[in-house]
Amino acid sequence: MYTQGLDQAGKSDAAGAETKQQLEAFQARIDTEEKIEAKDWMPEAYRRTLIRQISQHAHSEIIGMQPEGNWLTRAPTLKRKAILLAKVQDEAGHGLYLYSAAETLGISRDQMVADLLSGKAKYSSIFNYPTLTWADIGAIGWLVDGAAIMNQIPLCRCSYGPYSRAMIRICKEESFHQRQGYEIMLTLARGTDEQKAMAQDALNRFWWPSLMMFGPSDAASKHSAQSMAWKIKRFSNDELRQKFIDVTVPQAEYLGLTVPDDKLRFNEETGHYEHSDIDWQEFFDVISGNGPCNEQRMAKRRKAQDDGAWVREAAKAYAAKKLAEEAA
Amino acid sequence: MTPDAALIRYVTRLGDNSLILGQRMIELVAASPELEEELANANFALDYIGQARMLYTYAGEREGRGRGEDDFAFLRPEHEYRNLLLVEQPNGHFGDSTVRAVLFESFYVLLLDALTRCGDEGLAGIAARAVKEVRYHLKHSSQWLVRLGDGTEESHARTQQSLNDLWRYTGEMFASDDIDKIMRDEFDGPDLNVVAEQWRKAVAAIVSAATLELPEDGWMASGGKDGRHTEHFGFLLADLQYMQRTYPGATW
Amino acid sequence: MSKHEWPLYEVFIRSKSGLSHRHAGSVHAADDEMALTNARDTYTRRKEGVSIWVVRSDQIVASDPAETSAFFEPAEDKIYRHPTFYEIPDEVENL
Repeated sequence: MYTQGLDQAGKSDAAGAETKQQLEAFQARIDTEEKIEAKDWMPEAYRRTLIRQISQHAHSEIIGMQPEGNWLTRAPTLKRKAILLAKVQDEAGHGLYLYSAAETLGISRDQMVADLLSGKAKYSSIFNYPTLTWADIGAIGWLVDGAAIMNQIPLCRCSYGPYSRAMIRICKEESFHQRQGYEIMLTLARGTDEQKAMAQDALNRFWWPSLMMFGPSDAASKHSAQSMAWKIKRFSNDELRQKFIDVTVPQAEYLGLTVPDDKLRFNEETGHYEHSDIDWQEFFDVISGNGPCNEQRMAKRRKAQDDGAWVREAAKAYAAKKLAEEAA
Repeated sequence: MTPDAALIRYVTRLGDNSLILGQRMIELVAASPELEEELANANFALDYIGQARMLYTYAGEREGRGRGEDDFAFLRPEHEYRNLLLVEQPNGHFGDSTVRAVLFESFYVLLLDALTRCGDEGLAGIAARAVKEVRYHLKHSSQWLVRLGDGTEESHARTQQSLNDLWRYTGEMFASDDIDKIMRDEFDGPDLNVVAEQWRKAVAAIVSAATLELPEDGWMASGGKDGRHTEHFGFLLADLQYMQRTYPGATW
Repeated sequence: MSKHEWPLYEVFIRSKSGLSHRHAGSVHAADDEMALTNARDTYTRRKEGVSIWVVRSDQIVASDPAETSAFFEPAEDKIYRHPTFYEIPDEVENL
């Protein structure tokens, strides 16, 4: 998902200093669904896992502004332009809420941004794919936001209070994102032949990357168990992916579009769709920096950060002057 | 020109200012100096796009030939856009876009405020909504101008340069043409001489708070109100109109 | 906190007149004025408020979670502070 690389849980240096008693008391709080708050005692590994997951989620929101932002100046109508701008703005807001949630764990936003820009921190692989036509904006809303929602709704119940509260706000605000995407697809599907072809092409390109958003298969994600025990994570990658496929395939059929998987079929016995294997090599390539747009996304982020340096400095200098004047 | 024809062109012109500035601000998305500023910029761009939609829709209604907001926004040739040259200027750096915002918004607040009292009810209603939005934008942009002007040596120098560079586009705001005159005479519209005087005072106050120098009035560029644009404009339109021009008549 | 970044502010919003301000989240800002506009632009995009408070996060004085029991548990056995503690016959009204 937006935090798909995260199944490598944080390692703990301080583990030795944590007594068995502390760890058990902590787990007992989690087991009774008590929320953990910022200043509460927590295992170092829990803190690190959260910092990693929340910051990765935040980075994904921020980098995720770019593929959609790519069509803001070219949106086909004023209404679509306003909707898309509001959506991209929400992503900035959600990045902000999430950075704030991570900051409560004792890491600065500056540090998180530095980790993103240095390549140390990851973000969702999905945002390294290009948006080539307007239909991609529809496909992103429908598929990418659809996949994100699957993951985010359980996160509203995450054991860490600040993260859970941020997710509740985010889910509430995002409720229109997927619907606007589907509406774009619906309009295209009912449009000219050119528009239909555009919609099919977008589905072809975004289907598999969307499935990869849920992260590696359960067999390959070693540390999920700890995240589950801590109630940071509530469902496994494969469970969520299956759920997504099950709800999305009928939506594609309604649009008259074909899901690009010739092995896709509904299994009456299990009540689930079966699908072809996912190309995990592509996933690991993109996650490790070798996707179509990785370089471009990072370059744009770095440029914004560099170009803004003198502005941030100026504001600080001005604030310092005013404080000094007041003190005088 | 009949009063009605002048009103329609006046409203369209206002819509053009909102749309083109909104489009420029949209180009800044994902490039702001800080995350919080990203949200602010998008809020203001949304306000401007919203204003353009209201104004174009109203112009289309008054015109009565079936044109809607998107016909005005996307399907006119370059010379039919009558925005001020100031708003189409490229974003440049944060100092440039801040100065552009201060110069335009301090004018637009005065103009819209006068229009809330104009004789055309429809336009007065739109102005009443828009003026609240722009008043907040101006608060934001002028606070930033003060921070930049009175911030570091570098920010001071950069912003003074922005102010000097953009000053030549301010004369056009107050150059009254036939449409402005008809608006004033027939619809109790704004007196641009009065607006100019108020604007000068307001801008002088902000610039002085920012410890910057008000540039000398030199040569002033003009042409936007007649549809003669700067070279930047064609590229802006190419982006803006791309979909509508590539797929004529399609529904989105 | 890193010394490079703008300080953090906590944001409190009154959603409508008659209700108290409630914690909404936080923003970074270089000065108080900016904190207020940043809070407005971040947390009231959907008409969530009619009034905003911002306060620098490092100015908040908070109780210590390690002292939670000493702080809050003494209130636990003061059940006589709650109206349900008292037995009043049903036929007595308006009490």
